Amino acid sequence: MQLPIYLDYASTTPADPRVVKKMQECLSLDGNFGNPASRSHAFGWKAEEATEEARQHVADLVNCDPREIVWTSGATESDNLAIKGAARFYKTKGNHIITSKIEHKAVLDSCRQLEREGFDITYLDPDSNGIISPDLVKESLTDKTILVSLMHINNEIGVVNDIKAIGEITREAGIIFHVDAAQSTGKLPIDLSKIKVDLMSFSAHKTYGPKGIGAMYASRKPRVRLEAQIHGGGHERGMRSGTLATHQIVGMGEAFRIAKVDMDEDNKRIEKLRNKFWGAIKDMEEVYLNGDEISRAPGFLNVSFNYVEGESLIMALKDIAVSSGSACTSASLEPSYVLRALGLKDELAHSSIRFAIGRFTTEEEVEYTIDLVRDSVEKLRTLSPLWDMYKDGVDLDTIEWAEG
Amino acid sequence: MAYSKKVVEKFENTLNEPEKNSVGRWDPSDLDIGTGMVGAPACGDVMRLQIKCKPEKNSHVISDVKFKTYGCGSAIASSSELVDMLIGKTLEEAREIKNKDIANALDLPPIKIHCSVLAEDSIHKAIEDYESKL
Repeated sequence: MQLPIYLDYASTTPADPRVVKKMQECLSLDGNFGNPASRSHAFGWKAEEATEEARQHVADLVNCDPREIVWTSGATESDNLAIKGAARFYKTKGNHIITSKIEHKAVLDSCRQLEREGFDITYLDPDSNGIISPDLVKESLTDKTILVSLMHINNEIGVVNDIKAIGEITREAGIIFHVDAAQSTGKLPIDLSKIKVDLMSFSAHKTYGPKGIGAMYASRKPRVRLEAQIHGGGHERGMRSGTLATHQIVGMGEAFRIAKVDMDEDNKRIEKLRNKFWGAIKDMEEVYLNGDEISRAPGFLNVSFNYVEGESLIMALKDIAVSSGSACTSASLEPSYVLRALGLKDELAHSSIRFAIGRFTTEEEVEYTIDLVRDSVEKLRTLSPLWDMYKDGVDLDTIEWAEG
Repeated sequence: MAYSKKVVEKFENTLNEPEKNSVGRWDPSDLDIGTGMVGAPACGDVMRLQIKCKPEKNSHVISDVKFKTYGCGSAIASSSELVDMLIGKTLEEAREIKNKDIANALDLPPIKIHCSVLAEDSIHKAIEDYESKL
């Protein structure tokens, strides 16, 4: 077993070796390096063949027409294109957009930009289990609503929204429904022929593909129209200009092809490891699972170790690569906005760690992590004055804290 | 963000050998003990510093220190660093310890300076508490 152990698969995944091989074939003179938009020679035709085969693989994974797939630089760009593109195209129909408080920043910041342009945004509260209730979406619709944007799987806690039910509501109301599915591919089956989603964002690097490439699904029936956000040579039917990055696209195609083939087996194994992990730590005192226990994607385990600060736990777990729900590691000292939106108390939000298990995680690695987590939490609690107070039966809410 | 070597070393020593590093607590009602608790769980940092003092000549000397800290690695390292600075000092000398001394000793990055400020606050509170019992 090699240290450190990577348990941050929700942040990014290593490219599968099969993906790397495909990508390498599309770079050099003796490979498929042509510009897929070159119509006048075989180099271009061959490159186009490769990007179209990849487009088919992406379409196959989510069961849509390949003509409904637009290449982008990643899920962030897909979110921007879907939200700003749809809002700006349909702004004469209305100016109201619905999203939630626990979306990825790519969605939230796109919505903030639209607010500056005069749109009204409703930020829905999730239930305490992290799920956006379809009924709440329905109640929030107005005659000005033109777009609903919600994520499929939450990137911090891994809970799954019922996009099928929400799609029924938006389609009936004639409102565009965008789903950020950056975390979903390869984790949950998606059948776009059955669910009424108009726009969907995908990322390659969360699914064992390369970084820097993603895709957006734009429904043809009914046709959804967008205002392009990047202008240039009119690639991707005018929705996203820019020379197609053959090696990236081929990498994403291969990653999604593998995801379709391996999904069931991968997920069974990953879920078993996740359950083993949670089963081995849930008996610890004052340990809480964040997010719904049933409606969740495999691999995610977001846990609060009460009275232990998350960043110090990450430091104690130095052989394990994980991330803290608390954003202390970034410029902000605020705890996770996702966990706060779930109604977690500050100290629990500050005490959270996201473990994300993936394709290459081994049972031995999980066992090592379990032991280290139990030991580190115990050590940090020895250091924690809050743990003392809890053990003494002091209610922390009754204390007047001298804010530092 | 990568931590400085000194923070990592201090944090790990404190974590692995708490008793050697003055982790612990005394009964705060004891007359020779001054207790200072600063920070708040909502901010992600709480430090509790206790000084054991004895009168000596015209002053009082800190003969021993105990602490517990809830917070990030830099917060834990900052309190632990402060403890090393305190033992054997008079209250007047202890009051002169500035957050900069701690930040410099640990190479704290700007985003973690508040940890050293908190440590400085904790010594002032502990001295205040001890003196209120005299």
